[in-house]
Amino acid sequence: MKSRSDAGDISVYVHIPFCVRKCLYCDFNSFAASEEVRGRYVSALLQEIDESGSIMAGRDIVSVYIGGGTPSLLDEAAIASILDSISRASDISGAAEITVEMNPGTVTPDKIRGYVRAGVNRASIGLQSASDKELRALGRIHVMEDFLRSYDIVKEAGIGNVNVDIMTGIPCQTEASLIKTIDSVTALYPEHISAYSLIIEEGTPFYDMGEDRLCLPGEEKTYRLYKLTQEYLSDKGYDRYEISNYARRSGARDYRCRHNLRYWERREYAGFGISAASFVGGRRYTNTSDISSYLEAPGAEHAEDRSIDEKSGMEEFMYLGLREIRGVSEEDFLNAFGRNIWDIYGEVIERHTSQGLMSCENGRIALSDRGIDVSNMVLSEYLLHSS
Amino acid sequence: METAQDHIRNFCIIAHIDHGKSTLADRILEMTGLLTEREMQDQVLDNMDLERERGITIKSQAVRTVYKAKNGEEYIFNLIDTPGHVDFNYEVSRSLAACDGAVLVVDASQGVEAQTLANVYLAMDHDLDVFPVLNKIDLPSADPDRVAREIEDVIGIEALDAPRISAKAGLGIDQVLETIVEKIPAPGGSSEASLKCLIFDSLYDPYKGVIVFMRVFDGTMRPGDRIRFMANGTEEEVVEVGYFGAGRFIPCDELSAGMVGYFTASIKDVRETRVGDTVTSAADPCDEALPGYKKVNPMVYCGVYPADTRDYPNLRDALEKLQLNDASLTFEPETSLALGFGFRCGFLGLLHLDIVTERLEREYDLELVTTAPGVVYRVYKTDGEMIELTNPSNLPEPSEIEYMEEPVVSAEIMVSTEYLGAIIKLCQERRGVQTGMEYIEETRVLLKYDLPLNEIIYDFFDALKSRSRGYASFDYEMKGYVKSELVKLDILINKEYVDALSFIVFKGSAYERGSKMCERLKGEIPRHLFEIPIQAAVGGKVIARETVKAVRKDVLAKCYGGDITRKKKLLEKQKEGKKKMRQIGSVEVPKEAFLSVLRLDEE
Repeated sequence: MKSRSDAGDISVYVHIPFCVRKCLYCDFNSFAASEEVRGRYVSALLQEIDESGSIMAGRDIVSVYIGGGTPSLLDEAAIASILDSISRASDISGAAEITVEMNPGTVTPDKIRGYVRAGVNRASIGLQSASDKELRALGRIHVMEDFLRSYDIVKEAGIGNVNVDIMTGIPCQTEASLIKTIDSVTALYPEHISAYSLIIEEGTPFYDMGEDRLCLPGEEKTYRLYKLTQEYLSDKGYDRYEISNYARRSGARDYRCRHNLRYWERREYAGFGISAASFVGGRRYTNTSDISSYLEAPGAEHAEDRSIDEKSGMEEFMYLGLREIRGVSEEDFLNAFGRNIWDIYGEVIERHTSQGLMSCENGRIALSDRGIDVSNMVLSEYLLHSS
Repeated sequence: METAQDHIRNFCIIAHIDHGKSTLADRILEMTGLLTEREMQDQVLDNMDLERERGITIKSQAVRTVYKAKNGEEYIFNLIDTPGHVDFNYEVSRSLAACDGAVLVVDASQGVEAQTLANVYLAMDHDLDVFPVLNKIDLPSADPDRVAREIEDVIGIEALDAPRISAKAGLGIDQVLETIVEKIPAPGGSSEASLKCLIFDSLYDPYKGVIVFMRVFDGTMRPGDRIRFMANGTEEEVVEVGYFGAGRFIPCDELSAGMVGYFTASIKDVRETRVGDTVTSAADPCDEALPGYKKVNPMVYCGVYPADTRDYPNLRDALEKLQLNDASLTFEPETSLALGFGFRCGFLGLLHLDIVTERLEREYDLELVTTAPGVVYRVYKTDGEMIELTNPSNLPEPSEIEYMEEPVVSAEIMVSTEYLGAIIKLCQERRGVQTGMEYIEETRVLLKYDLPLNEIIYDFFDALKSRSRGYASFDYEMKGYVKSELVKLDILINKEYVDALSFIVFKGSAYERGSKMCERLKGEIPRHLFEIPIQAAVGGKVIARETVKAVRKDVLAKCYGGDITRKKKLLEKQKEGKKKMRQIGSVEVPKEAFLSVLRLDEE
């Protein structure tokens, strides 16, 4: 199982499932838990990382992402112990991007200074909206004021690379409130902004309430909000480099999220913690989502585990790679599979190009603006027929 | 098993739907000791799942039981259950022909209904002695005196001394049994005469071959006898004869005049043993066949296609298997530009169609796309040829058509005066011609209409029910063909003609139908990456149009922690949804769309 891999560099994802309270739209594996459970979970994590050391051994760790949930619920010692155990397995490269997700209201100056001492150099803050009314509608625990304070703490602690999450399609959201959100965020000039749409997922309180009662912006309005986000962020100096991600335009430094790019570019990563996904040695597997079985035997049980054959590999290459605005490279495809991309996907690429959903230039194939708008419909056509 | 012919009673139970026919049948079997209550699985005679779910009888059934009468003598009762739907009228008529009498069940609160009348007339046509039973007398709304008078007035049979029973509660069943002995005549015929048997149903059994259900009118049948089917002259050797136990076949030595039972003869195809045919002895044939045989022809046709084109051979196998038991189902291969390879299937009516498609989906695990059902039109061409049109796509060019005819039925509708206006209006909307109107009582009217079959096959019954709040009942029979102004309505999706959506329609209704069809399709076809015009056209001229707008945008989900599998599942779902659709040009059309025409009248 844990054979030594010498296949280049690797990234690490660590999942912290704890939240102060679950948001009304969240269907991810997260929940409120006592300090005692959190402590046991961190111990289990350390055990899993130690036991899986061979995955990382001898490979450069180029990014670490501690996501959740609300990882910033953990104190500095816990974060330090997690990063320590990772670096025991292999060297974390000096230039590595080390991100922790944080929610406003859970950060203090001491804690964040401790994170920085442990090696954290990037923060991702979940704001969603600058309107307190919308934050309440989403069931967030914080108000705008909390965010501003948290942002200052993060910056003052010396974290020079910060992402802020914002959301469109929130109940009762208007163009004016969205502009206010974007204005408030860009005024701080963070290095990175993620803009997602609210999705009503099954099993969430929002789903149970029923879309009709949520006062969601209609389709036309959601579309306008989304377009507005794009144009407005571009005006404010942010380049969209992936479907929902924007990086500050900057001559010297590249603020694109390296960790996320590795997902789209099919580079390997090891995931630790419940529900964490890994892509190692041509296999994709996901840890159990059950906290008690995880605590009993960390990393032993996989909810899913499959090897990625060539067909799935090509599919992934397309539907992940095309999320990047610059698209995929014909040459990369050839190098990865020894096959010409046009032999495999020529027909569908040509169709999408003729429908104005795609463009092909200088050896790269990329979605057009229109193609990005309807990306699920377009990308689903890059799944190959079984048989 | 020696029973004198005069101790046999062959009868059926007839009733309007839900008046309690099957419950009474069960009680009779229970009281005569054929079944203990524990053995009864609800209604024994309706033994297909579908029959039980829908509360109707689809195939004829028969059962023999022995009743010890109050006079101390034993009687053999052969109870023949008849299908309860107008689609199966011919089967009903043959089952009736196998009986000597009929028990008429009438709901003591609802009284005489359209099917009551239709069934009684049918029974009388077959010279059956009919005696009434008033059922459900335990209901608070029961008014047996009024209903008895109604039966006497409307039907003209004696009803004042009719048994008043509750089949459900088991009240008065003994009276019914005694009345059967008393009022239903013993069978006639001679066991010594030449063999003469009526086929009233058949069933395919993988081990025994076809099991033929029959009534012996004359002569005696034994295993080893060489017999002849008089309709087509084929001969077979009898392997087994027997009678009907509760849910099983019980072999015996012989069946003689007056008996009801079955025989097998290693027959592989139910189509050889046509319902209504006469079976006689090959060595000593009878002079003439029993009257009333006819080959039933399908009344309604539609295209049946596999949702997944790879299932075509499985669909063919399944249809062949169903046909083993259903001689009135016909099918032949056809090809549609839109749907690929499938079959044009013929059915006795819409219920028959429903049952067959549901069985194909349930018992053979097939997912189907069915096109709108249509009736058989007669097209008289200018060159003198007449074609029977079962698929609208085969309609000749207008220049080659002299004129067309469509099938018409005579319908009887019973309705309370309160809803008379609404029902007359409905019949007018459906191009009905009134042929009669009688007051049955002060508040109830029997309406007679000639109606084009294509106006009633889809949803007439539903419309009737909703416009009368359930207080109208309806029955019909084929009348014949009449000349009519008919046109083919074509549908174009994204400018492409879709053969599977064409249908024949009365010229005067084309515009309305076309508009509704476009509206329906607009609701069925999901939005695409581009705008899709939907047009209805007659003879190349567009008469209605709708547009399916293009999709603006998808939602953008956050990709949590590199969970690519989740992302892929989303895309797979998107793709899976498409696979269930049919590609017409560059448009994906869901299979439901092909049935849109069926629901044109829903509000």
